[in-house]
Amino acid sequence: MITTLFFYYFSAATIVSAVLTVALRNPVQCGLALLSVLAHMAGFFVLLNAEFIAAIQVIVYAGAILILYLFVIMLLNLKSEERILHPRWALALFFIAIAAGELLILLLISPFAGKLGLVDPDTVAGVGHSHAVGLKLFSDYLLQFEIIGVFLLGAVIGAIVLAKSSQGMTRQ
Amino acid sequence: MSLTAYIIVGAALFMIGLVGVLIRRNFIIILMSIELMLNAANLNLVAFSHYLHDLAGQMTALFVIAIAAGEAAVGLAIIIVVFRGKVATNVDQINLLKW
Repeated sequence: MITTLFFYYFSAATIVSAVLTVALRNPVQCGLALLSVLAHMAGFFVLLNAEFIAAIQVIVYAGAILILYLFVIMLLNLKSEERILHPRWALALFFIAIAAGELLILLLISPFAGKLGLVDPDTVAGVGHSHAVGLKLFSDYLLQFEIIGVFLLGAVIGAIVLAKSSQGMTRQ
Repeated sequence: MSLTAYIIVGAALFMIGLVGVLIRRNFIIILMSIELMLNAANLNLVAFSHYLHDLAGQMTALFVIAIAAGEAAVGLAIIIVVFRGKVATNVDQINLLKW
């Protein structure tokens, strides 16, 4: 089965790239590993019949957000940090790992099957995924869509005001 | 593939991101780890949306992507302001608001 093969490839590549994102010293290399994570995540979305989400993932995440990260890293000319592991968190990490493992076991032994919705994958594939998402987004989720628009406007204004001038924040 | 496989991958990604937030001291790497965790949440949302035959999960994934974009913009602006004032991106040295 070709999709199973793709699933294993995407999961292996995603997890290895995620570990590299966290573990590498040089911030630029971390950003490139994050790019690999995001690209393979788009592959997961294609496997799940969510082509529009996959396209948005590549365009917005890999195209805009990641470029912003790399731009800031190169603007600030960051040096590699000396030590990575913060010793105060070592014990906390142990307990967090135990708690997360317990949660994961509880999650995996519980039945997932809920009440199935109306939109099965064949219907979505029949009308096209972007069409189905558009119909849903501009009818049931119109208010949330408008709120996210106002939120993004606020985020853009906030970013410009924060980064605009060096003395602007302290002059008052 | 079954839904369980996607959930395992999502949980592994989320744990890697959480460990990254806890052990790294570089502000930008911490923001990248938060992006990892948001991606893990997105994967779970879209997987449940596919297997439970409902588009609500994919709508939520779209909104999560939009909020991640806003978070990245504001977070990186804060990094630029902090870096301009005192040359540090180590979060241990940024403790002006610490009680």
